Amino acid sequence: MTNADSGDGFVVFDRVQKSYDGETLVVKDLNLSISKGEFVTMLGPSGSGKTTCLMMLAGFEMATHGEIRLDGRNINNVPPHKRGIGMVFQNYALFPHMTVGENLAFPLNVRGMNKSDQETKVKRALDMVQMGRFINRRPAQLSGGQQQRIALARALVFDPELVLMDEPLGALDKQLREHMQFEIKHLHESLGITVVYVTHDQGEALTMSDRVAVFDDGRIQQLAPPDELYERPQNSFVAQFIGENNKLPGKVESLNGDTCTVRLETGEIIAATAVNIGQSGQETLVSIRPERVEFKPEMMPEGSHMISAEVLEVIYMGDIFRTRMKVAGSTEFVMKSRNTLDQKRLTPGETIKIGWHPQDARALEPM
Amino acid sequence: MSDATTPLTTADGKPLKAALAASMMRAKRRAFLLVAPLFLFVLVTFVVPIGQMLFQSVHNDGFSSTAPALKEWFSEHPLGTPYDESAYAALASDLKLMRENRTQGQAGTRINYDVAGTRSLFTSTARKINRMEAPWKEALLAENEDWADPNLWRAMRSASNPYTIDFYLAALDHTRDKDNNIVPVDEGRAIYGKLFLRTAILSIVITVLCMLLAFPIAHLLATLPLAKSNLLMIFVLLPFWTSLLVRTTSWMVLLQQQGVLNDVLVWLGILNNDGRLEMMYNKTGTIIAMTHILLPFMVLPLYSVMRTIPPSYVRAARSLGATSWTAFRKIYLPQTLPGIGAGALLVFILSVGYYITPALVGGADGQLISNMIAFHMQKSLNWSLAAALASLLLGGVIILYWLYDRLVGIDNMKLG
Amino acid sequence: MKKVLVLSTAIAGLAAGSASAQSVTVLSWGGSYEKSQVEAYNKPFTEATGISVNMEAADNPATPIKAQVEANNVSIDVADVEKSDAIRLCDEGLLEPLDPDTDLAAAPDGTPASDDFIDGSFTDCGVANIVWSTVMSYNTDKVDGDPTTIADFFDTTKYPGKRGLRKSAKGTLEFALMGAGVPASDVYKELGTQEGVDKAFAELDKIKGDVVWWDAGAQPPQLLADGEVVMSTAYNGRIFNAKVAEDQPFKIVWDGQLLDFDFFVIPKGAPHLKEAKEYLKFATGTKPLADQAKWISYGPARKSSAPMVGLYEDGKTEMGPEMPTAPDNMTNALVNDSEFWADHDTELSERFNAWLSS
Repeated sequence: MTNADSGDGFVVFDRVQKSYDGETLVVKDLNLSISKGEFVTMLGPSGSGKTTCLMMLAGFEMATHGEIRLDGRNINNVPPHKRGIGMVFQNYALFPHMTVGENLAFPLNVRGMNKSDQETKVKRALDMVQMGRFINRRPAQLSGGQQQRIALARALVFDPELVLMDEPLGALDKQLREHMQFEIKHLHESLGITVVYVTHDQGEALTMSDRVAVFDDGRIQQLAPPDELYERPQNSFVAQFIGENNKLPGKVESLNGDTCTVRLETGEIIAATAVNIGQSGQETLVSIRPERVEFKPEMMPEGSHMISAEVLEVIYMGDIFRTRMKVAGSTEFVMKSRNTLDQKRLTPGETIKIGWHPQDARALEPM
Repeated sequence: MSDATTPLTTADGKPLKAALAASMMRAKRRAFLLVAPLFLFVLVTFVVPIGQMLFQSVHNDGFSSTAPALKEWFSEHPLGTPYDESAYAALASDLKLMRENRTQGQAGTRINYDVAGTRSLFTSTARKINRMEAPWKEALLAENEDWADPNLWRAMRSASNPYTIDFYLAALDHTRDKDNNIVPVDEGRAIYGKLFLRTAILSIVITVLCMLLAFPIAHLLATLPLAKSNLLMIFVLLPFWTSLLVRTTSWMVLLQQQGVLNDVLVWLGILNNDGRLEMMYNKTGTIIAMTHILLPFMVLPLYSVMRTIPPSYVRAARSLGATSWTAFRKIYLPQTLPGIGAGALLVFILSVGYYITPALVGGADGQLISNMIAFHMQKSLNWSLAAALASLLLGGVIILYWLYDRLVGIDNMKLG
Repeated sequence: MKKVLVLSTAIAGLAAGSASAQSVTVLSWGGSYEKSQVEAYNKPFTEATGISVNMEAADNPATPIKAQVEANNVSIDVADVEKSDAIRLCDEGLLEPLDPDTDLAAAPDGTPASDDFIDGSFTDCGVANIVWSTVMSYNTDKVDGDPTTIADFFDTTKYPGKRGLRKSAKGTLEFALMGAGVPASDVYKELGTQEGVDKAFAELDKIKGDVVWWDAGAQPPQLLADGEVVMSTAYNGRIFNAKVAEDQPFKIVWDGQLLDFDFFVIPKGAPHLKEAKEYLKFATGTKPLADQAKWISYGPARKSSAPMVGLYEDGKTEMGPEMPTAPDNMTNALVNDSEFWADHDTELSERFNAWLSS
């Protein structure tokens, strides 16, 4: 668990708790500090509290306890329209009775901006998302991707310093989604705004974010840059939630600083990196990423641990082969190998030796 | 690849267009068979009666079919010809025919619509016609000098043509003088124009009241969790489940001068016993009772529209800097317009045609045009005038519908 | 004109189906009036002849007759209609003609039917069965003193309080004229003139602000009972019912009562003409007409029935004095002139409605 020091961030959650019914906490003691210009993603399964956090930040939900600060100012009691935060909603929430131009002018209009300034700003915002020629269309006449761009432009048109995005790409197809991820990222970088982004799609979170906060059960399980999150998950939940993982249960045999040895259920002893385990004799879960598993001896990294495996199934996936194997009693052990010119094809029933670097085997406390 | 100019054909060489038409035809025929029962039902119960009504408002052969001799005389002698012996002879021969066929009442009724007091002229003269002899002018005038009335002859001339716009004239408070000019009726008898206007005003008031009352209820219904909103919905629909008369009567019990509400106000000391409010048997009573009865027709379309407006619109507006009032006015309200439009149109059209409630609680000044239509349908049995009044009402509603379509667009309407 | 409702009536006719040969269908007004007819006419008739009677109710039985005959699809054999409708339908040739002396039974003492009925009981196609009346009545708890004449109805200084009147020209203008002092015998003569009509409206003007207008016959007893009005015109049967069955403190002032007949008629093309005539002959006999008064306070149209009128079904109320036709009640009574209204209803209704809304 990571506790950000809630000192001087641009957006700060300080010991925030939220309960809807007075009996259970949806958000439990949340501490999070986001600095200016950062792109932070709140990632987690549904019901993990991430959306509630976003809604509290936007002002649509009140924190039951704790303080939320924006640029050093406590905004707990500031109504949403005075927070000056741009927001992109899951279903875009473009006003259906207004044209694209009117939608964009709305935030400027309520701020009392004069017409000609409004026009300039609207035009600029639309050009920014390459939607300039759609200014007189109605939202219903636009495709999902186009609506998404308009929603983005609308959230940005009044130059907010903070923009919240609540699963904004959820309704788009895969290709468009990936394209939009780049655009959003690009806008974030060129405008220098702070973005808090909510999603349950880990791919999206890893691609776009400076830092990702993984939510579960009302708490942040890990707050880290994407690579760290993927490479060095701090607990089994994160390890399981981010990317694919092989889990081998066992007991800690010996512990030596950062490294340890684990006795698997079949009796084999393997070396692993100790992450959050207590002492020897304790139950543990060794997690290994499928793409870090090798079976060709010449490719094996130095100091690899070897173990025998029985091939159960080989799935051709184009760029990779996905091989399901029986390893140390587990029949769900997966290895991913790149589909290169000289790749050796395995056949089910074959028994092979596989291996990985002990650094890639992370011994975690079981959930 | 076939040349673009040669027609495409199917695999066995038939023209593609014909094959497509044939296969579409089958589908269309099947679809038509499915709607045929409803189509017939609507035709028989709706289109035909309304067509008959429209027809009846311009067609009445009560006189033309019973007085063939006069009809012929009128067609040979234009307006302005003095009514000489030949005219009276035709009248006498028709009266004889009426006596024989027992149609003097029918003929008299038709003329009586135009000239009051003439029905008995026909029936009493027809009773004696077989004892009379030529010269007919003398004989008939001796029987009753009203037969010389030029206005009566003008009325018979116009009634000898079964097609007439006179019922529409009457429905618009106009009549014809003895020279066949269209003139307004006496001020003391002019009633329909006033009632049309009152009906429109009262309906507008009721519609606006329904709108004001239904909006918050519908909003509450749309935002409450389903279990609670279903309960509330039962209260909204309750008026639908009780008979109209029971509801109207309970309003009487509540609102009359010796009624519950007045009793409570007197008991509380807000009113003294001589100052009891008159809330029943006048316009107030009509408005209250009809607003109550028609409220569900406003709530339901509003509710169904509001249900589909996600809360994120208002949230988006708020996050974009709008106060809650601005968000309501500029974002929420415009999106409920299809519901408001549908509800308002529904309530307005229903209240324009209501007559039981105004008849019972309306008193003297709560009478509406539909009460007059009912009067002419059931009591005076002047169905042609009733049809003319109803057609005018129908026309008004259609114009309103057209206006609505032009201003709001009918495809924007959501009934539920 | 005749085509109207043809189609819908045809459908209604299909639904009604055809009754068996040994039955007649009688269309009446429903309610306690229908009950009196079932008890006094239908049951004894079926007992005597074996012909069953199928009773149906309508808001106004005259309306379906017009529609059915014009559609040539008649399912009604006998209908009970108001006199004005009996005349009108007959004039329009929609009814079977009736001859009192051949089609009706003589009195027990041998008096032919044509002499045994009250004046105005016959038209060419119908015969009266009962006489009912619109009367002035008041709530004795709410009125100080003892109003005795119709003029008292229009005198709100002597008898303060609201008045109930029927919201129609027919029936109201007559009371207004009698209230202005016109004797019953001259009412229709006056009402035929412009001055007479003006006089009637002037009389109504006197109480216009105090009138609660009623529309349905059930309203006046309710208005009187609630204290909404202290005096009202009302159908005598309704007031009688409220007095006897509900013990209401109502009193009828017979002065200026407006008498009206209900007629039995046979629609042209009635499916069971022979049985219908048999029913008519039986039901308008001296005894059945006297018997019906046992269930409702409407007077028999036959003179020979009057002495046979006995007690109300409660077994203690003497019905004789409750009959509109009782000699004491007839001193200043007006018989509704259907001919007059056939001529003037439209015109006077228009004026009445214009006056109402001014």
